Amino acid sequence: MTSIRLRNVSKSFDGDGRAGGAYTALDRLDLDVREGEFFCLLGPTGCGKSTVLHLIAGFDMPSAGSVEVRDHPVAGPGADRGVVFQTELALFPWLTVEENVSFGLRMRGSDAGERAAILDRNLELVGLSKHRRKFPRELSGGMKQRVQIARALANDPDILLMDEPFGALDAQTRRRMQEEVVRIWTEARKTVVFITHDIGEAIWLADRIGVMTRGPAARVKEIVDVKLARPRPAMTPEFAEIYNALSASIHAEAEAMLNE
Amino acid sequence: MNRFFADRRIFYAALALGTWVVWEAIAAASMPIFFPPPEDVARAFWSSLANGTLVEHIAMSYFRILVGWAIGCALAIPLGLLAGRSRIVRMVLEPYIEFFRFIPPIAFITLFLIWFGLGETSKILLIVYTSLFVAFINTLAGAMAVDVEKIRAAQCMGATARQTFAYVVVPATVPHIVTGIRLALGNAFMTVVAAELVAAQSGVGHLIWNSRLFAQTEFVFVGIITLGLMGFAANWALRLITARVAYRYNIKS
Repeated sequence: MTSIRLRNVSKSFDGDGRAGGAYTALDRLDLDVREGEFFCLLGPTGCGKSTVLHLIAGFDMPSAGSVEVRDHPVAGPGADRGVVFQTELALFPWLTVEENVSFGLRMRGSDAGERAAILDRNLELVGLSKHRRKFPRELSGGMKQRVQIARALANDPDILLMDEPFGALDAQTRRRMQEEVVRIWTEARKTVVFITHDIGEAIWLADRIGVMTRGPAARVKEIVDVKLARPRPAMTPEFAEIYNALSASIHAEAEAMLNE
Repeated sequence: MNRFFADRRIFYAALALGTWVVWEAIAAASMPIFFPPPEDVARAFWSSLANGTLVEHIAMSYFRILVGWAIGCALAIPLGLLAGRSRIVRMVLEPYIEFFRFIPPIAFITLFLIWFGLGETSKILLIVYTSLFVAFINTLAGAMAVDVEKIRAAQCMGATARQTFAYVVVPATVPHIVTGIRLALGNAFMTVVAAELVAAQSGVGHLIWNSRLFAQTEFVFVGIITLGLMGFAANWALRLITARVAYRYNIKS
C-alpha cells in the first residue's frame, strides 16, 4: 500500500531580485513511499531533498503536480505527519523535555491521564525518562534530537519525516542514534522518510533508498532496494556492493554539476 | 588578591571608601558652590529627608514613572507581538519607527505641554510614549525573529494558528519583551527628569532645577544621587519580578 505519492511534482521559488531570478528546485518528480517502510532520500547537497520533505509535511505547496498522503492531497501541516527537524531550533527552549514532548497532546486537549501515559511511553522509548524535567539547553546534541523524535511520536503520526536529523552530531553519537532510530521504527511501526546525504547512513537505515539527481530541476533518479537483514553490521561484502553502486551514482551527479 | 575580590562586602566597602576619598579631594580643590564635599551633601540629604520633602519628590517621580511605564508596556507588548507577525502592519509602521526613533522624547515636552496642559497628564503621557516606543520595538524584533522551525513544529503537532501564536510566538518573544521593558524603564527615568525640569512643582527633577535657582549645589547633588538610587532600586525590583521566569526563558541579567 502506498503511503505517500508524489506525481509530476515541480517546485519553483521566485527570485528575490538580489540573488537572481526564479529557481526551479524540482522538475516533474515522481515518488512513492510504501506504508510502514523506512525510506531514505539520498542526494548531493542542494539537490532539493529538503524541498521534497517540506512538500510532504505541507510547509510548502508544489508549483505543479500532486502530493498525496494516504490518498488525500496535502493541504498544509498536520499531526498525521510528524517532523524531526535538522536542528534544535525546532525545540521549545522554554519548555522542559516532558513539556516539549506533550506539546501536541496539550494543543489537542487530550485528558491528563492519557497524556501522562503517552508521555511516559515515549520518553521511555527514546531513553529520556531520567531527563524529563530538564530544559533542552541542559541536554547534549544527541539527546535534543531524541526529544524531537519523542515529541513527534507522541502525536501518533502515520508518517515520521526526518530531515537530516543527525547531520550536526559527532560520528559516535550519530552511529548510536542510527541504531536507536531503527529500534524505535521497529517498535513504533511508522512509515519513515529520512533525508540524508550520507550513503552509509542510508544503507544502515533504509528498506529502500531514493537517489536524487543534482539540482536544479531535480528528480528521483533511481530506487535502490536494500535487502540486507537487520541489524546491519557495517562493511559486509553486500553492504560494500550497495555502497559502491550508490557512491558511483551520486559521484556522477556531483561530477556533472561541476562540469555545468 | 583574589581573596580580596572574592569577598564582595570587602570589595564594595573599599570601592565606597575610594569614591569618598576622590570626592573629598575634588571638593577640596574646588568650592562648595561648584563641588560640595560629601559631608555637605549628606547634611542636605538628611535635612530634606527629615522634613519630608525628599520623600515627596521621590514619590511623585516614581508615581509618574511607574504609571507611564506600566501603561506604555501594557500597550507595547500586545502591539509588538501582533505587528511582528503581520507583514502589512510592519510595512505601515516601519517608516514611522525609523523617523521617530531619532527624536528624543524630550523634544516632545513642549508639544505635550501645549496639548495636555501643565498637570500630570502631559508628563505621564510623555513617559507612556517613551516607554511604549522602546518596549514596542524590542517586542516587535523578538516576534519577528521567532524561528520558522518552531512555528512549523507546532503546526505539525496539530496546533491551530491561535495556539501557535499563544504558545510559541509569545513565549519565544519573552526574552525580548523583558529586555524591552527594562530599557523602557531607563528611558522613563530620563524622560521624567527632563519633564520635571521644564514644568513641575514636585519630583526629583524639580528638586534639582529649584536648587540650581537658589545656588544650593549640595541639593542638586542630593537630587542626582537620589535618581541613581531610585533607578537602582527600580531595576532591582524588576529583576526580582523577572527572576521567577528567568531560568525558564534563559534570561541573563
